[in-house]
Amino acid sequence: MAVVRVRGSLRKLTGDRAEHELDGATVVELLRTLELRHPEVSGWILDERGLIRRHINVFVNGERGDRSTAVASTDRVEVLPAITGG
Amino acid sequence: MTELLVGTKKGLFLVEGEPGRGFAIKTRAFAGEAVDFATRDPRSGRLLATVTSPIYGPKIFYTDGDPGAEWLQAEGVALPEGGDLALERIWVIACGEADGTVYAGGDPGVLFESHDGGASWEINAGLWEQPSRAHWQPGGGGLCLHSICTWPGDPNKLAVAVSAAGMWLTEDGGRSWRRGNLGLSPRYLPEEALKDENAARCVHHVERAPGRPQRLFMQFHGGVYRSDDAGESWSDIGGGGLPSDFGFPLMVDPDDPDSAFLIPLVADVDRVTPGGRVRVYETRDAGSSWAQRGDGLPAEHAYLTVLRQAFARAGGGERLELYFGATSGEVFGSGDAGANWSTVATRLPPVFSLVAV
Repeated sequence: MAVVRVRGSLRKLTGDRAEHELDGATVVELLRTLELRHPEVSGWILDERGLIRRHINVFVNGERGDRSTAVASTDRVEVLPAITGG
Repeated sequence: MTELLVGTKKGLFLVEGEPGRGFAIKTRAFAGEAVDFATRDPRSGRLLATVTSPIYGPKIFYTDGDPGAEWLQAEGVALPEGGDLALERIWVIACGEADGTVYAGGDPGVLFESHDGGASWEINAGLWEQPSRAHWQPGGGGLCLHSICTWPGDPNKLAVAVSAAGMWLTEDGGRSWRRGNLGLSPRYLPEEALKDENAARCVHHVERAPGRPQRLFMQFHGGVYRSDDAGESWSDIGGGGLPSDFGFPLMVDPDDPDSAFLIPLVADVDRVTPGGRVRVYETRDAGSSWAQRGDGLPAEHAYLTVLRQAFARAGGGERLELYFGATSGEVFGSGDAGANWSTVATRLPPVFSLVAV
């Protein structure tokens, strides 16, 4: 199973755990699985359209991914709020 | 003792005090977060707040206990899944007439209702499925449903305003809705364009006179109006002493249906208090004339912006208390219906909303 890592508010909403081993072939499948396990996080990462919110970045093994990025069982997925601005 | 719930760009501030005797900040909640609106349901004592995170989107939270401690996230505050739109913001929360009923209005032109005091919500399908919705045009702040006017004693009657989709009225508890825009005359549109009922009617704020519920007052995007037929039609009351008929904040005296209070701004291209003077304008004759009230308010080089939800009241009649906050972070209050004012708070973050309890 892939490992999804979350921080801050998302960690609190997912049982106060930073790492979650989840099943899924793509990023969005992993995130849907995370929502099923922790309904409190529904609406925080994915919006009603099923899109990753604009200011959340997802990295798969350190490389920027998107909702459709393929994920293998050994992959590590980071979900990070985007801190932007000057 | 009056409680003020001040929603700001950086948190919710609970402020307590009495006009003329001073106010103190008691609690700051949601530190760092934009609190668009907060209110307390007087029936249950529950606090409700809407917070829009630029990262995680809009949410409604509530607490029955210490506002400085834990808040619970309300369920169901979202658009139908799988559509083309996402909820952008909740602009206002209003208590309904039926026990436990609370309404919330937001962008994109959406009304939510709760029947358990705000713990869980569902979208109002009647308004969401309006056939004309595809033609609704957003105002500068988005397609925001910002005004919810209940009808005292009758939970089936409701009027809501959407910028810039105009007024919408229901008499069957929200199952069906019809427009209420007759008489509104936007100066930003050619006259011919008004034949199109979908042409933008940029309503900025609406309040109902509780003692005469068929009467409503409206601050329009250039224009002040009154309706005496429950929002079906509107008459221009924007002359008679106002320095400008542009603005957002509007309040009424619940004990006097002929009363309304405005805080005009110069114009859409210059959204500050006219002449660098902060003044509240009062009518006691249903808009035939307006008089400035402002003893104690800044009167020189004060270019404040007061947003649409940042004007509040408590009590009524001679003991009407009025409060408003500005994006400068200042909050002002009056305990005598606007005759005399004092500073309630300074150096807060930009004030988005204000509710007095």
